Amino acid sequence: MAYTYLEFEKPISDLESKIENLETSTKNENAVSKEISDISNQIEKTTKEIYSRLDIWQKVQVARHPHRPHFSDYIENIFTDFDELHGDRTFGDDRAIIGGLAKFKNMPVVLLGHEKGKNTEDKLNRNFGMAQPEGYRKAERLMKLAENFNLPLITFVDTPGAYPGIESEERGMSEAIAKNLSVLSNLKTRIIVIISGEGGSGGALAIGVGDHICMLEYSIYAVASPEACASIIWRDKSKANEAAKAMKVDAESLIKFGLIDEVISEPLGGAHRDLGGSCNLISDSIEKTLNDLNTQDIDEILKKRYEKIMSYGLV
Amino acid sequence: MVKSWFNRILPSFARAHKKDDKKSPVPQGLWQSCPNCKEILYGPDLEANLYVCMNCDHHIRIGARHRLTYLFDENKYSEISADTEAKDWLSFKDSKKYKDRLSEAKNKVEEKEALICAHGKLNSMDVVIAVFEFRFMGGSMGSVVGQKFVDAVNKAIELKAPFICFSTSGGARMQESLFSLFQMARTSAVLNKLKEEKIPYISVMTDPIYGGVSASLAMLGDINIAEPKAQVGFAGPRVIEDTVRVKLPEGFQKSEFLLEHGLIDMIVHRSEIKDTLYNLLSKLSSN
Ligand SMILES: [Zn+2]
Repeated sequence: MAYTYLEFEKPISDLESKIENLETSTKNENAVSKEISDISNQIEKTTKEIYSRLDIWQKVQVARHPHRPHFSDYIENIFTDFDELHGDRTFGDDRAIIGGLAKFKNMPVVLLGHEKGKNTEDKLNRNFGMAQPEGYRKAERLMKLAENFNLPLITFVDTPGAYPGIESEERGMSEAIAKNLSVLSNLKTRIIVIISGEGGSGGALAIGVGDHICMLEYSIYAVASPEACASIIWRDKSKANEAAKAMKVDAESLIKFGLIDEVISEPLGGAHRDLGGSCNLISDSIEKTLNDLNTQDIDEILKKRYEKIMSYGLV
Repeated sequence: MVKSWFNRILPSFARAHKKDDKKSPVPQGLWQSCPNCKEILYGPDLEANLYVCMNCDHHIRIGARHRLTYLFDENKYSEISADTEAKDWLSFKDSKKYKDRLSEAKNKVEEKEALICAHGKLNSMDVVIAVFEFRFMGGSMGSVVGQKFVDAVNKAIELKAPFICFSTSGGARMQESLFSLFQMARTSAVLNKLKEEKIPYISVMTDPIYGGVSASLAMLGDINIAEPKAQVGFAGPRVIEDTVRVKLPEGFQKSEFLLEHGLIDMIVHRSEIKDTLYNLLSKLSSN
């Protein structure tokens, strides 16, 4: 896949193409390498400048960037020894949600997350990360597994929303989501939630209740996707930009409201620019939180989790 | 023309149906047409029939306060957190400010929020009842709706009284975005406390319930009941049709569909709801 630059990244892509041209030029080698190094510095400066003042709609675009790392990348690069566990034991296996056992720095954990898919085939196979009831029921089964074997639960949220389909309704989408909210709110184990890309509606929250809620710097989280909100409130899908801004979907805004607990920084230019760097930052955050949660007994954790949930929108 | 003749002799119902700014919970006036079969119905008869169409049995939507009169003995009840008012956390503005939408809703509906909670007696049994008001911003759940629900559940725990919620809601309130989404977690979490105390919760679904309310408190009853032909689902029919590009089957997302798919325990006629609630609760509370 050719590298995709976002519209506001044009100054960066212009500089990048200058370097490409120089690399194939026949000019004096020393002069060329000096020029390339100058432009590289310029690229870093320009990227810093652009990313230091992204507006909310630009952050939405980064959160949905075609190269943005997905849950499967994080499984591979942050954890070891992953065993995927399939199925809800009732209807089927929903590939929009991946779950399983893994190790985090030698400590066994249960992982759960949405996976949007990498290429066209994978995306279709995973329904673009839009889960059906059986996905949420598989998640519920693995939440209980974490509780029974006293393993920390770490979830990665990245979905535009739960899948709106006829069969989803027949199999009780509302009940599946509601059940997970109920289960997570008093699940007897430590829960870390990481909003890694798009957190959209109840389909995100259904694996998003826990003890420590983090958002990656350029992830978004809202009651509905900007497009859905625009079509409900503005009655015009093309007002997604306005809707994203009005809903204040970005991590920087949401932490100020106390709705999330931590913003995990991303490498310069976004997580997709440096997967390794991004995984290190996420890994550091998980380690710190787990160490902290491990010093508290489970009754204390459940009490705090309940108080946290009750504090959302307390007037 | 028939219609204009009706307009002249039945001005109140006709006007009430044209404009959406009517103040009373149901269209007032001596005559009213059934939204389903269009039969013209005599107001006092309709009232006596609990706003269920005498011709086709359609359960006409009624306001929250109106519904309370059908539930509490002698219409006596004490309200819970009656004065809690919504907050504009995000300074949300589309074509209108959220603040202005709230004042408009308050003036139009003469309620402070989309949920009314109260405790009182139902066939002499102490109960706590929460009722959504659909006319207040589509019964949408913002932070204060969530909070009032939590307050009502805590009251039920304090009184050791069963809890009943009549839901009708378009879902989460967009204007409060994540604050609103998180009320799904808040209401679901507080219901666990009720379970721990072994206090029963009956969810009664009335037309319509979607999104964040459907996917939280409405589905979490120890017993889930629906009024006949109430429309309940996660995603709205229009969104589903746009996604799957198929015409939705007849009766999709209606109470009968929910019953068939195992999502609710029973469908109960409005005229029987009070006694049904009493009978169920007296069995669940016998120990
Ligand atoms: Zn009728």
